[in-house]
Amino acid sequence: MHFDSSTLIPVLPEIFILTMVCLIMIIDLFLDESQRQTTYLLTQISLAVTIFITLLVSSPETQVVFDGSYIRDPMSDGLKVFICIISMVAFVYSKEYLLKHDQFRGDFFVLGLFAILGMMVMVSSASFLSIYLGLELLSLSLYAMVAFDRDSKTGSEAAMKYFMLGAIASGMLLYGISMIYGATGHIGFSEVASAVATSGTDNTVLVFGLVFLVIGLAFKLGAVPFHMWMPDVYHGAPTPVAMFIGSAPKLAAFALAIRMLVDGLEGLHADWQGMLIILAVLSMALGNVVAIAQTNIKRMLAYSTISHVGFIMLGILAGTNEGYISSMFYAITYGIMAVCSFGIIIAFSRKGFEADQLDDYKGLHERSPWFALMMLFVMFSMAGVPPTVGFFAKLFVLDAVISVGLTNIALIAVFFSIIGVFYYIRIIKLMYFDKPVDDTPFEASIDTKVVLSVNGTSLLILGLFPASLLSICTAAFG
Amino acid sequence: MIALSDFLILSAILFSLSIAGIFINRKNIIILLMCVELMLLAVNINFIAFSHFLGDTVGQVFVFFILTVAAAEAAIGLAILIVVFRNRRTIDVEELNTLNG
Repeated sequence: MHFDSSTLIPVLPEIFILTMVCLIMIIDLFLDESQRQTTYLLTQISLAVTIFITLLVSSPETQVVFDGSYIRDPMSDGLKVFICIISMVAFVYSKEYLLKHDQFRGDFFVLGLFAILGMMVMVSSASFLSIYLGLELLSLSLYAMVAFDRDSKTGSEAAMKYFMLGAIASGMLLYGISMIYGATGHIGFSEVASAVATSGTDNTVLVFGLVFLVIGLAFKLGAVPFHMWMPDVYHGAPTPVAMFIGSAPKLAAFALAIRMLVDGLEGLHADWQGMLIILAVLSMALGNVVAIAQTNIKRMLAYSTISHVGFIMLGILAGTNEGYISSMFYAITYGIMAVCSFGIIIAFSRKGFEADQLDDYKGLHERSPWFALMMLFVMFSMAGVPPTVGFFAKLFVLDAVISVGLTNIALIAVFFSIIGVFYYIRIIKLMYFDKPVDDTPFEASIDTKVVLSVNGTSLLILGLFPASLLSICTAAFG
Repeated sequence: MIALSDFLILSAILFSLSIAGIFINRKNIIILLMCVELMLLAVNINFIAFSHFLGDTVGQVFVFFILTVAAAEAAIGLAILIVVFRNRRTIDVEELNTLNG
C-alpha cells in the first residue's frame, strides 16, 4: 500500500482543527486568569478558518480516501460548515454565561473543539470504524462538559446519567456493527452496501445487527423510548453546555443516521423504515405532550427537541432523496433555532439567577422588547408558524412523507405538532400579556446582543427565502 | 473444534449479563462502570470470532480501537464518579434522583 500526500487534502479541515485544539490546550496552560479571552479568540478564529478550509477543499465530486474510511462529499461539506457556524454562535453565548457566572475557563472551549472535531469525523466517515471513533470523541467530550461546573450537584448527576446511557448506546451500536461485520465481512459502507445487495435482504444476522444499530442510533438522537437522558441532561447541565449538546450534535446525529442507514444499509430500507416509524411517532407524541407539563424552560426545550427529532427521523424514513433533503433542512434549521432559544436564556440570566423557570419570562416584552421579539421568532419557528423557517422545515418533511404514501404518519405528525403549538404560544403569552415579576435591567455584552439579533432574524429571513438553505441541502443529495 | 456459534452465544450471554447488571443493580455506580466494560468486551469477542472465521483481519483492528476507546471511557467515567462523590458523599445509584419530571 503506498501513501499519496494528496489524499490528505480532503481531510485538511480536520487536521487543522486538531492542530489548533492541541495548540490552544497548551497555550491556555500558560495564560493568567485575566488573559483568558485569548483562548476564546483563538477558538473562534480556528473555527472561522476551518469553515474557510472546508469551503476551499469542497467540490461537487465525492472523494474517498484513507482506504475507504473517510469520505468528502457535498453533504459532508454542507454539514461541516453549519456545525462550525452553529458552534461559533454557541461559543459567543457561552462566553457571556461563563463571564456572568465566574466560570470562564479554557477547558470549556478545548472540550468544545474536540467535540466539533468528533462531529466532523462522524459527518465524513465512510466506514463503521471511523464513524464509531468520531461518535466517541464527540460523546466523551460532551460527558466531561456536562460536569463542567464541578460544584454543582445537578450537573454531576446529569453527567453520570448521560455517561451511563451514552455508554450503553455505544455498546448497542457496537454490537450491531459486529453483527453486520459478521454477516457481510466488511466495515466500509460501500462494501457493506454491495454485500447486502448480493446476499439478499433475508439474512437474519444482518437484520439482528440492524436492530441493535437502530437502538444505538435512537439513544444518540434522543428518540422515545430511548430519550430518558435528554430532559435530565438539559436540566442539570450548565445552560451553555445544554445549548451545545442541543444544537450542532443534532446535525452530526443526522449524518450518523444517513451514513449508516442510507450509505451502508439502504438495501434493508424496508426493515429500518418500520423501526423508524415507531420511534418517530412515539417521539412526536411523548415529546409534545410531556412538554406541556414542564415548568422549567430547559426541560421544556428538551421535550421539544425530542419531538423535533421525530420529525428529522420522519424525513429519513421516507427513503427518498426528497426525504433526506427535507430531513437535512430540518436538522440545520433545528440547530439554528435551538442555539437561539438557549442564547436568550443565557442573555437573561445573571449571577445567581439562571432564568430557567417559565415564570421568569413574564413581562419580558416590557423589559426588553427587541429580545422578546427574538424569542417570539424562535417560538413561532419551533411551532412551525409561517413565515418563519420552521414552517418550511415541517412542510418539506411532510411533503416527502406524503409522496411515499405514508399519509397516516403525516397526519399523526400534524396532529402532535398542533398539540405542541400550545406550549410555544404559552411562552409568548407570558412575555407579552403578563406583568413582569422582576424589574432588574437587562444586561448583556454587545457581541451577544448583535449575534442574538442576527440569529433571531435569520429565522425570519430564512423563512422568507428558504431556497438558499434548500439549495445547499439539495446539492448534498444531488 | 469450537464452532463460531459457540463464541457468539458466549458473547450474547456476556452482553445480556452486562445489560441486566446495569438495569438491575441499584446500589453502586462502580458496578455500573464494570458492566459497561463487560459490554464492550462482549462485543470484542464477537469481532474476534467473526474475524477468525472469516479469515479477515479488519475485525481484530477494530478490537484494538474499541479497547483504546474503552480505556478513555473508563477514565471519564471514573472522573465523573469522583465529581459525584465530592458533591454528594455517596455513590449510591438510588441517591441520583434529584432530576426528574
